[in-house]
Amino acid sequence: MTQAAPTRHDAALDRWLRMYRRMLMIRRFEEEANDLYTRALMPGLAHLYIGEEAVAVGVCEALETNDYITSTHRGHGHCLAKGAELDRMFAELLGKRAGYCKGKGGSMHIADPDTGNLGANAIVGGSAGIATGAAFSARRLGTGQVAVCFFGDGALGQGLVYEVMNMAALWKLPVVYVCENNLYNEYTHNSETLAGDIMTRGPAFGVPGERVDGQDARAVYAAARAQVARARAGEGPSFLLCDTYRFMGHHVGDVSRDYYRSKAEENEWKTHRDPIRLLGEALIAEQAADPADLDAIDAEVSASVGQAVEFAKNAPYPSVDEVDDDVYA
Amino acid sequence: MSMPETETAVRQLTLGDAIREALAEEMRRDPRVLILGEDIAEAGTVFKVLTGLVDEFGPDRVLDTPISEPGFTGIAVGAAMTGLRPVVDIMFGDFIGLTMDQMVNQAAKIHYMSGGKWKVPMVMRTTMGATRRSAAQHSQSLHAWFCHVPGLKVVLPSTPHDAKGLMKSAIRDENPVAFFEDKMMYKLKGPVPEDDYTIPLGAADVKREGEDITIVATSSMVQVALGAAARLADGGISAEVVDPRTLWPLDETTILESVRKTSRAIVMDEGYGRYGVMAEIASVIAEQAFFDLEAPVKRIGAMHVPIPFSPPLEDATVPTEQTVCEAAEAMCG
Repeated sequence: MTQAAPTRHDAALDRWLRMYRRMLMIRRFEEEANDLYTRALMPGLAHLYIGEEAVAVGVCEALETNDYITSTHRGHGHCLAKGAELDRMFAELLGKRAGYCKGKGGSMHIADPDTGNLGANAIVGGSAGIATGAAFSARRLGTGQVAVCFFGDGALGQGLVYEVMNMAALWKLPVVYVCENNLYNEYTHNSETLAGDIMTRGPAFGVPGERVDGQDARAVYAAARAQVARARAGEGPSFLLCDTYRFMGHHVGDVSRDYYRSKAEENEWKTHRDPIRLLGEALIAEQAADPADLDAIDAEVSASVGQAVEFAKNAPYPSVDEVDDDVYA
Repeated sequence: MSMPETETAVRQLTLGDAIREALAEEMRRDPRVLILGEDIAEAGTVFKVLTGLVDEFGPDRVLDTPISEPGFTGIAVGAAMTGLRPVVDIMFGDFIGLTMDQMVNQAAKIHYMSGGKWKVPMVMRTTMGATRRSAAQHSQSLHAWFCHVPGLKVVLPSTPHDAKGLMKSAIRDENPVAFFEDKMMYKLKGPVPEDDYTIPLGAADVKREGEDITIVATSSMVQVALGAAARLADGGISAEVVDPRTLWPLDETTILESVRKTSRAIVMDEGYGRYGVMAEIASVIAEQAFFDLEAPVKRIGAMHVPIPFSPPLEDATVPTEQTVCEAAEAMCG
């Protein structure tokens, strides 16, 4: 991975710049997805991760390549943070043969065994069993792998999540449940959907939890690192609540949002709580990077994204003959 | 006929024991195989099908779970994707509704959605079959639900011999397989070879040869059909009984060959008669062998009512030898 020359060299700084770069890659990817969608070049649905980048990047920075993740309908960020390539991601979004799922999965189902990605999942909370099952395998086979289950606050309404947390605690499975609390279950504020305190849910099963500012990538990383280490040491599951915000609509077509949240609220988050800007400003304030370094990263990332989009646009669709391939293994 | 040639010399096992033997042999052969479910370890399941397995394989491979069917089915899906070959035990087939998202939206689709990259080699064992006086939530035969979903395979054994060979194939299959056992047949005895044999998924079996009418039957309805065929023979009607054994994949060839020979077909299954397995098989026959038929295809299934508790009412909902004989006589008359 090529990077702009940092002002000051140390391992931690390399990590922060890598995370900055990865967050920016997700941001530019999602902006391009938005553009493709609004120009009717992308079929289907697009649920953008803009505003939540620090969660995926902070957590995945604490993982090894062969650790597992499961993702959500808002999954592009998780897939990229875990190591997915831009060109095959875009190809999948456009339904092309070169995509991660040969065009059969699309935006909501990107999966990649090479990076431990068990798959994005379009059923809210639907992957909680899969992530827990991957942790079950890791423990049973003694591989030392850890599984991370990403889900939103909306999934806290699903019984499956609590069933598997119960079993993960009973069986001390190496799984981290990462709840991205972006405040909205689609178009409904979670004050209407969640009773009680989210942080009491884990302890009910003996699953310890931590709440972290999900806009602070370094704080997410620190919390995730501790929970991943705990899982890897055989001490069982944990719960990480990341307070974050979806800068865009539930999906690209969700443009008129006044009926469920105010522009003032959105602007507050976008202006003061942007995770990429927060990390960039912190690195500059700490004299760990200067604005030119960050601009260079942006230029490089934007160019990569642009090339990947061109690749995807020019890639062929699958042959219709392939429609019933891979129904059965 | 696929029954072993040395039938008289082969030991007799119950269907439940044949399934236990298949599981035990597969667990000895492959350390990745394990079983999850409610009351399966020391209790050996409510029907005692798994009795003793925990003693041989330990609680790490015969796991008692909480009463959380969606949860442990989901865990099995993830475990299957990542190197294990789990068998989940759903105590009553009526409870598969609880597992539907994990089976239908996850297990069945993951291979396809991932462009063939992830596989889900798991088995769901569960029960079917009425007349146990267990009422509407413990008596249904809901296997048709899974037949409707691409990506799943569905197995319904009718004999102890088939149960062992089909279970071993189900465990070795790379796909999610739903295995429905008629709880009223667990004590049914039949010859079961001691050797390691498998029966391929997708191969029907002609359980009785005949000339005048084909009865395509599944699970315990095979036993009913064989009883009916014996009675029909006394009246001069020669009935052939075809057991598909797996409903998906479906061995259309064997069914159609039989129907073309006999020119009449009854399709019977203990699922609900409407929108069910019978309708599908009858359609296959109508679409591909219509001009070989002497009579319309007849469906025989469970009545379209919730299974009642009261014994005379419950008995009225299930097809019997008498039902089959009357239908066959009318068709051959």
